[in-house]
Amino acid sequence: MMNEKTRPNDYIIDLKHISKSFEDTQVLDDISMYIRRNEFLTLLGPSGCGKTTLLRIIGGFESATEGEVLFEGKNIGDLPPYKRKINTVFQKYALFPHMNVEDNISFGLQIKKMDKKLIQKKVYEMLELVNLKGYEKRSIDSLSGGQQQRIAIARALVNEPQVLLLDEPLGALDLKLRKGMQLELKKIQQKVGITFIYVTHDQEEALTMSDTIAIMNEGRVQQIGTPVDIYNEPKNAFVADFIGESNILQGIMLKDYLVRFHDVDFECVDRGFGENMPIDVVVRPEDIKIVDKDQGMLNGLVESVTFKGVHYEMIVKSTSYSWIVHSTVMSPIGSQVGMVITPPDIHIMKRR
Amino acid sequence: MNKKSLAIPYLIWSALFIIVPLLLIVYFSFFQEGQFSFQSYQKFLEPYYIKALWRSVQLAFFSTVICLIVAYPLAMLLSGKEMSNKQVVLLLVILPMWMNSLLRTYAWASLLENTGVINSLLQGIGLPTIKFLYGDKAVIFGMVYNFFPFMVLPIYNALCKIDPHLVEASYDLGANKVTTFRKVILPLSMPGVVTGIVMVFMPALTTFLITRLLGGGKVMLIGNIIEEQFTRTRDLSFGSAISMILMVLVLLALTFLGKKDSLDGKGGGLF
Repeated sequence: MMNEKTRPNDYIIDLKHISKSFEDTQVLDDISMYIRRNEFLTLLGPSGCGKTTLLRIIGGFESATEGEVLFEGKNIGDLPPYKRKINTVFQKYALFPHMNVEDNISFGLQIKKMDKKLIQKKVYEMLELVNLKGYEKRSIDSLSGGQQQRIAIARALVNEPQVLLLDEPLGALDLKLRKGMQLELKKIQQKVGITFIYVTHDQEEALTMSDTIAIMNEGRVQQIGTPVDIYNEPKNAFVADFIGESNILQGIMLKDYLVRFHDVDFECVDRGFGENMPIDVVVRPEDIKIVDKDQGMLNGLVESVTFKGVHYEMIVKSTSYSWIVHSTVMSPIGSQVGMVITPPDIHIMKRR
Repeated sequence: MNKKSLAIPYLIWSALFIIVPLLLIVYFSFFQEGQFSFQSYQKFLEPYYIKALWRSVQLAFFSTVICLIVAYPLAMLLSGKEMSNKQVVLLLVILPMWMNSLLRTYAWASLLENTGVINSLLQGIGLPTIKFLYGDKAVIFGMVYNFFPFMVLPIYNALCKIDPHLVEASYDLGANKVTTFRKVILPLSMPGVVTGIVMVFMPALTTFLITRLLGGGKVMLIGNIIEEQFTRTRDLSFGSAISMILMVLVLLALTFLGKKDSLDGKGGGLF
């Protein structure tokens, strides 16, 4: 993983104040961010948040209403897709149905009029990379979804792009295959050592694969950071809610290191919010410890218990909030329990 | 009731109105006054008839080519997203099909006549009149006019079915617009093109109406000769024999096109 301090010339793509409107609706609203060389960046957000549009602007399939797309420092906003050193893996693969596997993969190379022997060699290498050796002459119809997926990746990578765009490439695969492909994609990215920009609405997928995640909502970037940062220190209630399950409460920052929510004063590790500031508090379900009644900071009644495999998910109702709690120990429904939240597990966010 | 029995009405229909007449034609073509003979087929080998057949193929070929050249760009425009009023244009293409073709051809005849509407107008504003009618050009014009929608619609359908992401993928892989058309759009639209060619070439090959009204009896195509055998000379056997020959030629052409079609792209739908 890259460290935080990177020289500006390590940016391969620099987005400056990108806005996009389709007729009356604004899809992207003043997005500025940069993407580093060799980074696996994920644009994560709910459907309609503008992530695919942003990807299409980088690929050249849409033009931004306002703003600039810099590629290695040069504005490429007016370049058509076929003049960009960027390739795309499309959502439904978009393999050419009238060509076999080999012709699909070599499409880009044939256009560059590359030597036939060399093309053959490169196709072979690509098929090896995506674990489909010997599939050269197969028709696209005869491939499974996962195989088509790999061919689509091979077809893009064979052109040796500097940036690969992937638009929800695993969306059409079933869960088990998806998990396998996630790891494989990450491996491929590390092997070829180029920048991946990946679009998904699946937060788990984003956490598994990314070096950096940009969380988007309503056409804006909500937070950019490493998966760990975003999970542990969500910047606002939307991010907290979108990444993993959360208990989100309104509270007041009384002073540095002291916060009041749920009518109780809690010690915390945050400062610099000012005195008596209204804020949002996030507590992850796994950070709440169940203890005996009156032994914790809060008391509640266990309303439901669901077995989730590794842990139990419980809904514990206190005087003014229903808490989601993950615990490996089950407390029976209807029992009164106490809850403990330690200072590092209280995350304070500015109210939006 | 199983699904197969739903086909019974059609089976009865096709037996009565397709298979029986077909067998009758086969019978007529080989029997003259109850006597089996190849006489009718031999008669077709006379240069007059071979010439007429060749002429028919030529005219049908030209009108098919013209239809294709005009229809393909139009179908591309219609299937693209740039055009805003394409529903209207599509309707204009289809609209003539809702009218009887005899009526339409009559209308053209009276429009194009030496003393017809267009020439009267030209005369009215002091321009020389033009001799449109009675010749190959008028016949080709009539064929193109009558069969044009049958070329546009299948191509339009085939183009609409192409996933726009395939075009984007082609751009993405470095192909410009021309290359993308050549390597992606054209091959994927081939089923529509083949269907369009069949739908225009076949009726153009056998028409007698257009030749009669716009060719004015000067142009004798194979369709006119068949018609003549049944209506005027009453030589049922010879008329049936020409029909048989034409049918075999058409079947051969279809087989060829069908093979071509399955090579170029999948599912022409016709064969």
